[in-house]
Amino acid sequence: MWITNGTLADVAVVWAKLNGVIHGFLVEKGRKGFTAPEMTGKHSLRASVTSELIFQDCEIPKENMLPKTDGLKAPLMCLNQARYGIAWGAVGSAMACYDAALGYAKSRIQFGKPIASFQLIQEKLVHMLTEITKGQLLTLRLGRMKDKGELRFQQVSMAKRNNVHHALEIARTAREILGANGILDEYPVMRHMANLESVKTYEGTHEMHTLIVGEDITGIPAYV
Amino acid sequence: MVKFQGVDYFDIQSLLNEEETLVRDTVREFTDDHIIPIIEKHNRAGTFPVELVPKMADLGMFGSTLPAKYGCAEMNNVAYGLVMQELERGDSGIRSFASVQSALVMYPIYTFGSDAHKDFWLPKLASGKAIGCFGLTEPDYGSNPAGMITRAEEKGIVIS
Ligand SMILES: Cc1cc2nc3c(=O)[nH]c(=O)nc-3n(C[C@H](O)[C@H](O)[C@H](O)COP(=O)(O)OP(=O)(O)OC[C@H]3O[C@@H](n4cnc5c(N)ncnc54)[C@H](O)[C@@H]3O)c2cc1C
Repeated sequence: MWITNGTLADVAVVWAKLNGVIHGFLVEKGRKGFTAPEMTGKHSLRASVTSELIFQDCEIPKENMLPKTDGLKAPLMCLNQARYGIAWGAVGSAMACYDAALGYAKSRIQFGKPIASFQLIQEKLVHMLTEITKGQLLTLRLGRMKDKGELRFQQVSMAKRNNVHHALEIARTAREILGANGILDEYPVMRHMANLESVKTYEGTHEMHTLIVGEDITGIPAYV
Repeated sequence: MVKFQGVDYFDIQSLLNEEETLVRDTVREFTDDHIIPIIEKHNRAGTFPVELVPKMADLGMFGSTLPAKYGCAEMNNVAYGLVMQELERGDSGIRSFASVQSALVMYPIYTFGSDAHKDFWLPKLASGKAIGCFGLTEPDYGSNPAGMITRAEEKGIVIS
């Protein structure tokens, strides 16, 4: 369940245990015993297809196994690639929300002045911009380390955890600045906010990334 | 509509090389021209705009860091990150599409696949002629994928 692009996909990279060990398999669309119905009822990532992959005695040729997969490490390496991109992506959502909030605050008049002239609104905008700037520096450093082959997966976890958390907080703050207009889809803010709820959970939840970094700095795994 | 001017308080722009800046600006424009005008409609309808796929492929957004011999853009990781940032400025769902195609489908085929897998699938996935997905999460195993129930048996290979 919860498989992005499942219904659209021509090929699925599927992880399954063969004799107790996790391996990756390529399963093409249309294989007998494989269906991928779309999930409905989402309040988040509505412009993305999310599906269930159902396998019932689905037969594939032996050559469809990814030969270099052997255990959980392989899918975790994939997730690490995706998380790297998510750390960057979250900054994009946050930039969109900040941009919308700044523009709105400068033009919306209350008590005879733009709401941007109130200290409480300025504090919100400054906080948003500060967190975006920190997120940008984190991702740039992450990218330079990855290009040098020096990046550790725990650092990717920290960046994903931090940037998505702050992007969601920025989206919520932007919604406040827009007042009632913030809930309308005339503005991008509420859509980003709803989307980021998924982003916070997928590719390792916020909590799992806390545990990954926690283990790294203490040497003590706290998953179970 | 006013074009997005970027948010860059610390002049991080000055730390990007020419190629990285070009990639960022190209995807930024793509987001302004092709995502933002249509996204609310798709978000309401709960549909993915498949018509964006060939355009995204043309701009090298799938498997961006993989070798050119598979039809990929062979960018560095900073440029790839900027692609993700700019796409998500449009919508996380569109970024998710590109993330899955690149990081969860093309990356494992490239890293763990046979030459035949790579030669067959990577050019198709890079050009958007094929779409991929990644099935790890199960209803009862989310944060703890090691517990997965899905299993394969050898006779051919049977997955259930
Ligand atoms: C829109 C969307 C798209 C997705 N796309 C994909 C995809 O393409 N492919 C794929 O394989 N998966 C995908 N997922 C699934 C996603 O990766 C999982 O939802 C995620 O791993 C969390 O699993 P879960 O939802 O079962 O939550 P659970 O694991 O049930 O967790 C529930 C809560 O408990 C917490 N928790 C769990 N264990 C611990 C612990 N030891 N200590 C502290 N807290 C804990 C979690 O952090 C979370 O807050 C997608 C999900 C969404 C929402």
